[in-house]
Amino acid sequence: MADVVPGADLTPTRPRGVATRATRAIGALAAVLFAWVLVGGLWFTPAEKQQGESVRIMYVHVPSAWVAYLAFVVTAVASACYLLGRRRSLGFDRVAGASAEVGVLFMALALVTGSLWGHPTWGTFWVWDPRLTTTAFLFVTYVGYLAVRGTGATPEQRARRSAVLALLAVLEIPLVHFSVVLWRSLHQQASVLSPDGDVKMDGSMLTTLFVGVVAFTSLFAWLVVHRQRVQAMGDALAIRELDDAIAVRGVAG
Amino acid sequence: MTEPLATARTIAAKDLAVERRSRVVANQVLPFAGLVMVMFAFALDDDAIASRVAGGLVWLAALLALLVTVQRSFAVDAADGALEAIRAAGADMRGVFLGKVAALAVQLLVLEAVLVAAAIVLYRVSVRDPLLLVAVLVAATAGLAAVGCIYGGVVAGAGGRETLLPLLLMPVAAPVLIGATRATESAFASGGATPAEGWPWVGLLAAFAAVFLVAGAMSFAALVEE
Amino acid sequence: MSDVRAEAIELRDAVVLYGAHPALTGASVRIGRGEIVLVEGANGSGKSTLLRACAGLKPLVRGEGRVLGFDLRHERAEVRRRTALLAHRDGLWADLTALENVQVWARLAGAAPDEAAAALGRMGIAGPLASRRVGSMSAGQKRRCALACVVVRRAEVWLLDEPHSALDAQGRDDLDALLVAARAAGATVVVASHDTERVAAFADRRIVLSGGRVA
Repeated sequence: MADVVPGADLTPTRPRGVATRATRAIGALAAVLFAWVLVGGLWFTPAEKQQGESVRIMYVHVPSAWVAYLAFVVTAVASACYLLGRRRSLGFDRVAGASAEVGVLFMALALVTGSLWGHPTWGTFWVWDPRLTTTAFLFVTYVGYLAVRGTGATPEQRARRSAVLALLAVLEIPLVHFSVVLWRSLHQQASVLSPDGDVKMDGSMLTTLFVGVVAFTSLFAWLVVHRQRVQAMGDALAIRELDDAIAVRGVAG
Repeated sequence: MTEPLATARTIAAKDLAVERRSRVVANQVLPFAGLVMVMFAFALDDDAIASRVAGGLVWLAALLALLVTVQRSFAVDAADGALEAIRAAGADMRGVFLGKVAALAVQLLVLEAVLVAAAIVLYRVSVRDPLLLVAVLVAATAGLAAVGCIYGGVVAGAGGRETLLPLLLMPVAAPVLIGATRATESAFASGGATPAEGWPWVGLLAAFAAVFLVAGAMSFAALVEE
Repeated sequence: MSDVRAEAIELRDAVVLYGAHPALTGASVRIGRGEIVLVEGANGSGKSTLLRACAGLKPLVRGEGRVLGFDLRHERAEVRRRTALLAHRDGLWADLTALENVQVWARLAGAAPDEAAAALGRMGIAGPLASRRVGSMSAGQKRRCALACVVVRRAEVWLLDEPHSALDAQGRDDLDALLVAARAAGATVVVASHDTERVAAFADRRIVLSGGRVA
């Protein structure tokens, strides 16, 4: 037998996941509700008089847009909690980052479904509606936020810098929105028909839309909880790697 | 609390002295901005359209020049570790921010004056309301310089990843592009815009500048620290 | 003034990163006021990071540290105002003259304007040389300018990283005299240097670093 390599621990370990009973419940709820939206949205709701079948995109589009803005708010609140908290808890930073990552995904989904719906409805993929424009800017701002998150040397530096960036975005987005509103109104162009306001909805459509919002929100919560737990494991791993690096340097001198 | 202001004056004077000696903005950024104005004329290929959108072209060229000037402003300090030395000296970071904003604003104002002159010559517009134009230039420049230094600081703190700057800076600067363009069109009276329509935009630009001057002064230290 | 009873520098089990690499791996250091201390060690032993941590530039990820009684985690602004760091890089603006460079640091430190010329003169840069662009100077002249920037800060603790590098024989002698004079004026001087024999000749004691901690 060769010498046992020091430090090689042979105790079997079971693979650890990041799921708990609570997240499994949220995940199962999301799965059931998504099935409901799928069946309800495609078969049990009627087509709309003016828009025809394309109105069904609404069941995906409106909940994605809702989750995108919810993610923005969660990131902003978590960032403020990080900066204001006495202990500067990294947990808030991980929630902020996870919410931003998931938010970017849903913002992209909202933008894509929105223009897919806009093409048959308005005859164009894009209009300079303040809501659309602001969402597009929110998307780009978040992409930049995530790019900066990847640059910090230590978790503390990453947390501090990205928390400040998230709060700067809170200042930026209303200013973008307001300037686009002012721009369109001064040009006296009628605002486009709002994406959901003009739809005549019967009971089954409203119910399906509502279920869609709950489904997407639970998916959001499920993703954010898992993502921030993975990040916590990554941060814990970084601490262990630091321990190892210190130990190795101590031996090497 | 005179310390932040004294620091701001020192930093602004230093940045302007560096530019006075090196003339990088004057000899490189200014010709670049002028070239952009010529290129717009090639791309549009129509005198009527060019004069109609002259205001927008001035501010697009100013935004491009802003990116280069911000990079230069922080590269000067990063070259020999001076930004780190400023941190190590315990300088008031609010003052450092305001000083860099002031120096950047002075350079931008000169650039923009030349861009407006280029628009008058190349795109055949005329200034109908000089007071409005001056107000737009001052308010928009203050806002651009403020957000430029904030995100220049982010990039400097992230170890000089300069490719990040346009991605971060352009979305924030969008309200300035919209507001300054409309107000400048009013001052040019191009496309049927009247000077009276321009003043609400000056208000928006001034509010933008105030918000980001305060936010930048408060957050600059956190952005450039390790 | 800071608490006069506190040690100049006191680190306990300090871990400080350089990027993701632990450059200090649990360093414990005590340096009294008014000492000249030589820090020596091989390349990569953590000398530069030790000085940067004491200057309040690099955060402590573990351990405790106080400089002049101020906590290195929570009172970094106080630490920075009372220390002066000469880093590897000179921290000069190449387009400005020597005098203009030193004047920036004089103003930031709240010193009188004529102190800048005096500090430069002390480092042997006077007359027409002082109004030359730093970018056109030799490496040794730049190092003298950088040292003048340290002098003009009138710091209580001087942290010098390889101050002798690039200096000629005359410059080295001037520097040694300067450090001894600073000690006599009450300053604490920490010098990281490869030129150990030269510094040991006037240092009060030495600290040897190895693997990021005190050997």
